Amino acid sequence: MLKDILLIMLSCVLVENFIFSRFLGCCPFLGVSEKPGTALGMGCAVVFVMTLASAACNLVYNFILVRFHLEYLYTIAFILVIAALVQFIEMFLKRFVPALYSALGIYLPLITTNCAVLGAVILNMNNYSDMPLGQSFIYSVAFGFFAAVGFTLAIVIFAGVRARTEFSAPPRSFKGTPIALVTAGLIAMAFSGFSGISIG
Amino acid sequence: MKFKKQLADGVIYKNPVLVQLLGLCSMLAITTSISNAIGMGLAVTAVLTCSNLLISLLRKVIPEQIRIASFVVIISGFVTIVEMLIKAYLPDLNKSLGVFIPLIVVNCIILARAEAFASKNGPVASILDGITMGIGYTLALIVISAIRELLGNGTLAGVNIMGSSYKPMLIAILPAGGFIILGCLIAGMNKLLSMTGKKKKEPAHTGDTLVTEKKAKEGTENA
Repeated sequence: MLKDILLIMLSCVLVENFIFSRFLGCCPFLGVSEKPGTALGMGCAVVFVMTLASAACNLVYNFILVRFHLEYLYTIAFILVIAALVQFIEMFLKRFVPALYSALGIYLPLITTNCAVLGAVILNMNNYSDMPLGQSFIYSVAFGFFAAVGFTLAIVIFAGVRARTEFSAPPRSFKGTPIALVTAGLIAMAFSGFSGISIG
Repeated sequence: MKFKKQLADGVIYKNPVLVQLLGLCSMLAITTSISNAIGMGLAVTAVLTCSNLLISLLRKVIPEQIRIASFVVIISGFVTIVEMLIKAYLPDLNKSLGVFIPLIVVNCIILARAEAFASKNGPVASILDGITMGIGYTLALIVISAIRELLGNGTLAGVNIMGSSYKPMLIAILPAGGFIILGCLIAGMNKLLSMTGKKKKEPAHTGDTLVTEKKAKEGTENA
């Protein structure tokens, strides 16, 4: 069990990094990676939401959708759970942890349409829903948490590199997003070195 | 006349992928072969058209404050229908697109068109908008996947083009190549738009010639 969790960690953070090998969450990756500070803020918000969303969606799937044979409605159910969860977290933080709210505040609403969150939840359902209930719950939460950590790692590294490309002078048509994408490709190349590690 | 303008907008001037930079995630992930690109493009076009129609019909009924939530529910309903159809009739496509079919829900293109166009315009214009934007998305997907498949696999839609002595450039199919090729394509599009902008805004030609021009240009750049 502990070994499996460790493997999930290694594969989510490095080998099958959400951005660089699965292409989940590219929009915020390109959108808020201008400065390392904001990138870290976004990353923390994603870790927070993705862990809770994995837990909530696992429970909803196992105790509501499966029980009433509504598995085919999973897309609608999950997106609603995520939207409600984000709204709820926003209200909770605003009321009880205002410091954290002012740090994460602007990023939270963006997360509802972050495909990394919905993607993680659906991958959890595909991979872990056949297991016993307790085990599938723990694995799902671990997957959500570590996938978000991998996302944060990628976005912070990328923001650091991008801060330097701001000062360079690429050809005019490459300015902005195109050069950022090429940079991302080079970092992805570095990350693909990890795929040599065989897991399992 | 208006349709022509909308088509030119959707395919070139406001191309959802290459100019507006929407929906990059699923795009990068599935453009490893042309058949995937066509399947994904058609699925997105279908969802976009249907959701645009329904949202524009309901635009006076949906209250302002909860419109985003309502849009998401409408979109995910159509995505579920499309997913079930693909599962039933095209199981191979379902397998190769995998998790990216349900992820059409969070594809920014659909929500962006719902918010920017369908919630302000009538049903006929919204259907046309859905179709033209869908065509633009599909064409961009096909161009990118053609480059990636040709370089990375030596084939085009499964047919071997480069001959058996061609050593595949594997990087084009890997994630890294996806990022780099997309970056070059967007840069090419920027160049093209700035060039046509200088010529006192010529009337738009048909989308196909421009796209093939661009493709040829990109091909030489990448080779």
